Amino acid sequence: MSPQLTPAPHRRRRLIGGAATIAAFALLASGCSSSLNTADAGSSDESACGTVNLAMNDWVGYTADAAVYTAVAEKQLGCTVNQLSITEQVAWQGFANGTVDLIIENWGHDDLAKTYITDQKVAVDAGPTGNVGHIGWYVPPWLAAEHPDILDWNNLNTYASEFTTSESGDQGQLLDGDPSFVTNDAALVTNLALDYTVIYSGSEAALIQAFRAAEENKTWLLGYFYEPQWFLSEVALEKVALPTFTEGCDADAAKIACDYPDYTLNKIMSKTLSASGSPAATLANNFSWTNDDQNLVAKYIAEDGMTPEAAADKWIADNQDVVDSWIK
Amino acid sequence: MTTTPPRSPRTLATRIRPRTWLIVGIIVAWLLAWRLLDGLWTLSLQSAEVTPLHLWLNEVNVWVSNNRDSNPVFVYLFDGIRGAVGALAGVFIALFVKTDVGLQLPEIGWLGVVALVTWVAAAVGNLRVALLTAVGFTAFGVLGLFGDAMWTFALTLTAVIISCLIGIPIGIWAGLSRRAEAVVTPVLDFMQTLPSFVYLAPLALLFLIGPPSAVIATVIYAAPPIIRLTAHGIRAGPATIGEAVDSLGANRRQRLWTTLLPLARNSIVVGLNQTVMAALSMVTIAALIAAPGLGQRVVQALQSLNVGNAFVAGLAIVVMAIVLDRVTTAASRRAEISARHSTDARRRRRVVALGAGLLVVVGAVYASRTFLWAARFPDGLSIGPWLSSVVGGATAWVQGALSILTANLKDGITIAIINPFQALLTGSPFFVVAAVILAIALIVGGVRATVVSALCLALVIAVGLWEDAMVTLGATLIATVVTMAIGIVVGVVMGRSSRVDQWLRPVLDAAQTMPAFVYLIPFLGLFGPSRFTAIVAAVIYASPVVIKIVAEGIGAVSAEAVEAAESTGASGWQTITKVQLPLAAASITLATNQGLIYVLSMVVVGGLVGGGALGYDVVAGFSQSSLFGKGLAAGVAIVLLGIMLDRITKSATQRRVTRLPGTRRARTSTAPIPAAH
Repeated sequence: MSPQLTPAPHRRRRLIGGAATIAAFALLASGCSSSLNTADAGSSDESACGTVNLAMNDWVGYTADAAVYTAVAEKQLGCTVNQLSITEQVAWQGFANGTVDLIIENWGHDDLAKTYITDQKVAVDAGPTGNVGHIGWYVPPWLAAEHPDILDWNNLNTYASEFTTSESGDQGQLLDGDPSFVTNDAALVTNLALDYTVIYSGSEAALIQAFRAAEENKTWLLGYFYEPQWFLSEVALEKVALPTFTEGCDADAAKIACDYPDYTLNKIMSKTLSASGSPAATLANNFSWTNDDQNLVAKYIAEDGMTPEAAADKWIADNQDVVDSWIK
Repeated sequence: MTTTPPRSPRTLATRIRPRTWLIVGIIVAWLLAWRLLDGLWTLSLQSAEVTPLHLWLNEVNVWVSNNRDSNPVFVYLFDGIRGAVGALAGVFIALFVKTDVGLQLPEIGWLGVVALVTWVAAAVGNLRVALLTAVGFTAFGVLGLFGDAMWTFALTLTAVIISCLIGIPIGIWAGLSRRAEAVVTPVLDFMQTLPSFVYLAPLALLFLIGPPSAVIATVIYAAPPIIRLTAHGIRAGPATIGEAVDSLGANRRQRLWTTLLPLARNSIVVGLNQTVMAALSMVTIAALIAAPGLGQRVVQALQSLNVGNAFVAGLAIVVMAIVLDRVTTAASRRAEISARHSTDARRRRRVVALGAGLLVVVGAVYASRTFLWAARFPDGLSIGPWLSSVVGGATAWVQGALSILTANLKDGITIAIINPFQALLTGSPFFVVAAVILAIALIVGGVRATVVSALCLALVIAVGLWEDAMVTLGATLIATVVTMAIGIVVGVVMGRSSRVDQWLRPVLDAAQTMPAFVYLIPFLGLFGPSRFTAIVAAVIYASPVVIKIVAEGIGAVSAEAVEAAESTGASGWQTITKVQLPLAAASITLATNQGLIYVLSMVVVGGLVGGGALGYDVVAGFSQSSLFGKGLAAGVAIVLLGIMLDRITKSATQRRVTRLPGTRRARTSTAPIPAAH
């Protein structure tokens, strides 16, 4: 080999520098082996409870449930709760690989329950939350008072032209929420031959803002909404009656032409957490409260601007007896 | 480049004219056909409706999720990749974000992280960027988002390392072998026209959700620049040096390690810079498949319409983008400088200083593992909530004060432009629209572009999303027209004045490093969720790249041509319209190409804020299992639209380049054009 091909001097020096750096890092890693983590690992409660990965869906009612669950689990049981922002149906996938341990407020989803509870057996139903959910189409109170007949879906076409917006063109606008929410609205509009088009506002917050503005300015608005929901105590939206729900009328998603069922909201837990015998699992199984409870905490968060943690602490302080019944 | 003299502007103008008339004729015919056949053969599909293909894809989804644990392809291949990536990500997560033991503090607390990254910035760059890094990383804590920022940082770092491990060897291979280059280049071209959004659903299907899939998506998105620039650097090494080394009897391996790689080093570091920026952009969007970090804060804030929180999280992303960009840019400068001149004395001083710095780092790391205040950023120092409420309050005030103005602007433009154009595209029979698109493709792009376009349109029809594709195309075209108008006006000013160039260029550079998400925030605040919001965000997102390319084209027009025009008494306006713009036509066409790709990717992200159509289908596909197949199909349709627009404008650019020798330097495909984020 010719001399020109040996590493240039600065190259050799760089190698030495690199080696020194690596040595320094090794020193850094070994020399600092003491850690706050290991110092603390001895305390016993935490190892007994462990970590819960809690899915966080994005409506305030869910946030309320999750905040209270988290506060009780962390402060009274010594668990660690990882809150994981994720949309409601995607969260189910997380049961399969341990990304998600708990969905604290589930709305129906029979298809997912079949896949993950019945077929794959990676999740279990942890019982109802005590809340009953309703989904439907709502109008602001001023509109219901002025045109009472609008509360029957048969008359919606009469008023379609009043509901037009720049987004919906010459059809009436039916304002929906987040695309991930449970909704049959697009199918309903088609199958009931309504002269409306579904426009997605993108979120619960956008829906609330729109309804609030519609009530304030007396403008026309027809939108997707649901209970339990704290906003209904601020503006008492009126529900439009759709064709009555009968068992099985929602079997084929594309052909639905009936109202939404009543949802018994429940909790879904991963098989792992459920089998662990952890106090976090017991808490998840026992967690149950009323629509009023949830609305109160949700109102603290959404209207009074409290952080979810502060809102949960406030509710827990006022309702320790209920909490005691969960963690007994 | 040929040596024929430049055509005079006048003949150029007359040559273009018949084509312009032809296009006008086509549009008139289209309008007539629309009037006569409005609403017939529109291939419309309601948003809850699905086609048999979509249902089949849903079944694939269910099948995958049921057989994931038993099928060998999943158990060994996909789970293996996922596991390996997860393990590497786990190292950085444990280092910077959290561990699973005790207080769940990371191995290195905030003080140690700040010291460490500052030292690294000083080592690879210079003191200035080290200071910037220290301030930037401390700012994450001050914004109250240190933990989230570390998630984003750890995932970005993992993705960049994997991108380099895969990308540099592929780049070397493509640089050494013509045949490899012929295989790799079209694949990279294709990958770079894909909007970041469409990667997510298929990857979540194969790799489930969570940080590892986010890293994999990011690698796919971020690897192309480093592959391209490594290959470019290897190939650009002067042939004479290679021959000289050969004549010394070096074998191929020696030649690669001793000459080609050192010579390509600068180019590789430039590629690294682009890869880092692309990775950061993608990691934030991967929030949609449950990647933790700053992106999640933005998504959450978008969902609760909390502009204040979105602003704070967006600001943190911007800070990280600036820090990473400056550090990697400084590293590439350093690669250039140290290769040329550096004395031994200076080098020795530097090593001593860095060694001393390392001791400080060790001390800081030790502190961050021993004291809680150095491990977890003290909440008391955070101004995040305060800033969020200030911005939230200001936005609410602006919204209130300007609500009539913004609402009228939005409604006016929606009713006057967006709705009619959308009605024209979706109301005409599909074959009429397809014929119009193909005729225009033939006129501006040529035969090959037309064939590709025909194929793309046929596939869009096959995946069953014609109507939504037309809505997205309409929004894309409107936004591109506006972007081009802005781009040409500003670009001409910038190209003609070096002073304007000097202060505008850094702003544009900074704007280009911002991840797509950040652009949605202010406009969501102003206009609420709507198609208009998505279009405005797309215009702002795509403008910087268009302005820069136009300015470059104008600046490259030969000074003699401009002087000649001025000496004949042409006014400034005449010089621009008759000389500079026509001679910069190739650049303008290239700018249109880039503008369309950028706009398309942003219009699609706009599906998150009421943008509708294909972008909405993709978002809904993530979140509703009954729409999974439709979302996947929408991703394919977006890709098809992207390929079609890219092919048409790219071949138009190539035609311009060959026809117009007057433009001295058109950016060709070897130039590192940043990918659309």
